[in-house]
Amino acid sequence: MNTLYSLLLIGVISLVTIATRFLPFLIFRDDRKTPKALEYLGSVLPGAIMGMLVVYCFRSTTVTAWPFGLPELLAAITVVVLYLWKRNTLVSIGVGTILYMILVQILFS
Amino acid sequence: MKQSQNKHAFQAAFPRTLPVMAGYLVLGFGFGLLLQSKGYSFLWAVFMSLAIYGGSMQYVTVDLLAGGAGLLTAGIMTLMIHARHLFYGLSMLRKYQDTGKVKPYLIYTLSDETYSLVCTSEVPDGINKGVFYFWISFLDQMYWVAGSALGGIFGQIVTVNTTGVDFAMTALFIVILTDNLLKSASRIPALAGVLISLACLLIFGADNFLIPSMIGISAILMILRPVLDKRKEAEAS
Repeated sequence: MNTLYSLLLIGVISLVTIATRFLPFLIFRDDRKTPKALEYLGSVLPGAIMGMLVVYCFRSTTVTAWPFGLPELLAAITVVVLYLWKRNTLVSIGVGTILYMILVQILFS
Repeated sequence: MKQSQNKHAFQAAFPRTLPVMAGYLVLGFGFGLLLQSKGYSFLWAVFMSLAIYGGSMQYVTVDLLAGGAGLLTAGIMTLMIHARHLFYGLSMLRKYQDTGKVKPYLIYTLSDETYSLVCTSEVPDGINKGVFYFWISFLDQMYWVAGSALGGIFGQIVTVNTTGVDFAMTALFIVILTDNLLKSASRIPALAGVLISLACLLIFGADNFLIPSMIGISAILMILRPVLDKRKEAEAS
């Protein structure tokens, strides 16, 4: 762990976050004047970025050699099925993560 | 007089924040634990929860820190993940008007959950709007800070094998993606996000695919605008 690098990275992320939160209040005094293109992006970008983040999470998973990404696949399916069934975010994350930990620590170790 | 005003605002705001309390304590805990597993004490978790205060982004930050990501990649990624704040802000312009000296704090702490609480909570009669919104925003942030501190401390004192705890982030994003596919007007943006990122991953490799993915996603979404925007209008009419 490199303290200076960590502080710099967190600083950049914090500054950009603050900018995204304050910009609309600084630029627009009146919500009727919002550009249409911006409104459109606001409706479609969150879904697309979440798709990217899921791929990001699996970027280092090897599918061409044992265990062929099986722990990830099984845990991911569990998360989705549980969510479709219970619609509870915390249950899906909790059960999925514990299952994954058991898979990588015991079954596929 | 002023103090009793404050107390009434707190009493009105606190019950509204209870659903967020549960979620933030648990997700914050997961974040603190994950960060601790990469060698960062709970003080770092508290610092990040105060300085960034964004759930998805903080999970991603753990990963960026551990992988030694570049500052530019981190900045662009933050912009893309937090672009939705721009739109939260737009719909809050009127609500946060005339909230006095707490206004900068309200804007600073406008998270997804606080946004939905402020959107759905009417200010009770006789209670100052700014003070009421302040308590909602402040309590939410404190739940998140407390959860992340507890997670970090737990990871430090309880020596469990945390291999695989990273999956909490994956699971969180899978849930949000599933929810988006179920609820949004069109599934095309989410599916495009997955496919473009997969293509970029294969072409550019695991260390370099984020920036091309984000450029590709923005481009495709702008190209598909005539299709996707129409669909939204058709649904509205």
